Amino acid sequence: MGIGITHYVILSAILFCFGLFAIITRKNAVLVLMGVELVLNSANINFLAFARFNQINIEGHIAAIFVIMLAAIEVAVALAIVLNIYQNYKHINVDEIDSLKD
Amino acid sequence: MFVEIAFWFFAILIVGSALVVVLSRNMIYAVFALLFTFFGVAGIYVILNADFLAVTQIMIYIGGILVLLIFGIMLTSNITGVDIRSGQTGKIQMFLAGLLTILSMVSLIYIAVTTKWKVSSTSPTEVNTTIDAIGKELLTNYLLAFESASVLLLIAIIGAALIARRK
Repeated sequence: MGIGITHYVILSAILFCFGLFAIITRKNAVLVLMGVELVLNSANINFLAFARFNQINIEGHIAAIFVIMLAAIEVAVALAIVLNIYQNYKHINVDEIDSLKD
Repeated sequence: MFVEIAFWFFAILIVGSALVVVLSRNMIYAVFALLFTFFGVAGIYVILNADFLAVTQIMIYIGGILVLLIFGIMLTSNITGVDIRSGQTGKIQMFLAGLLTILSMVSLIYIAVTTKWKVSSTSPTEVNTTIDAIGKELLTNYLLAFESASVLLLIAIIGAALIARRK
């Protein structure tokens, strides 16, 4: 049995759901960010799988490049915010951070 | 035959290490499992004839994002103390989140299996590398997006440095 598009879509669905679970249940902000990375990776697998099964359509690769770039930007800015929160609260539990200003 | 073995190897690697990322109580274990997840995804890219994306995945995700995440954990955890573990989620919330996750996973897999995906019937043309095509496409059809991406990166660097700096 060959590997078809369905295998890749199912793999990416599983990865997406793990990322969703991490985003919902994790309290630590860095672990929530790791969940977001899992979700973005699953989207990239879908892009490249559909590109591959349509004569290596290069537009899927371009979309994946922009997704990777946005992931890098998002992590850099989010970690800067997390470090700032840590200086003010001495923890980064996302459910206990409830004020915009002290 | 080789593709099948490679696919199942990387798929099991991805799913197993993603489980550790999601469920591990120890943040260091979670971040190292994320390393294996990213490697597995890069392997899947290689199987999908995306050589440039696989190298980009390793360089940006493992060389950049993962190191940044490890820095974030090290700077925001009390490494010498016992407080390296993240906060515990309540039982009911955990149950509801697990239920939601399993429901969405089942429905997504059902959709993936039953949908007739639009794929080209012929096998893909043999290409040695995708770098030529990606470069041509980026500098012709996607030139505006490419240039605005560089501006966005600059803004993100300045913004991150401004936010994270000590008062």
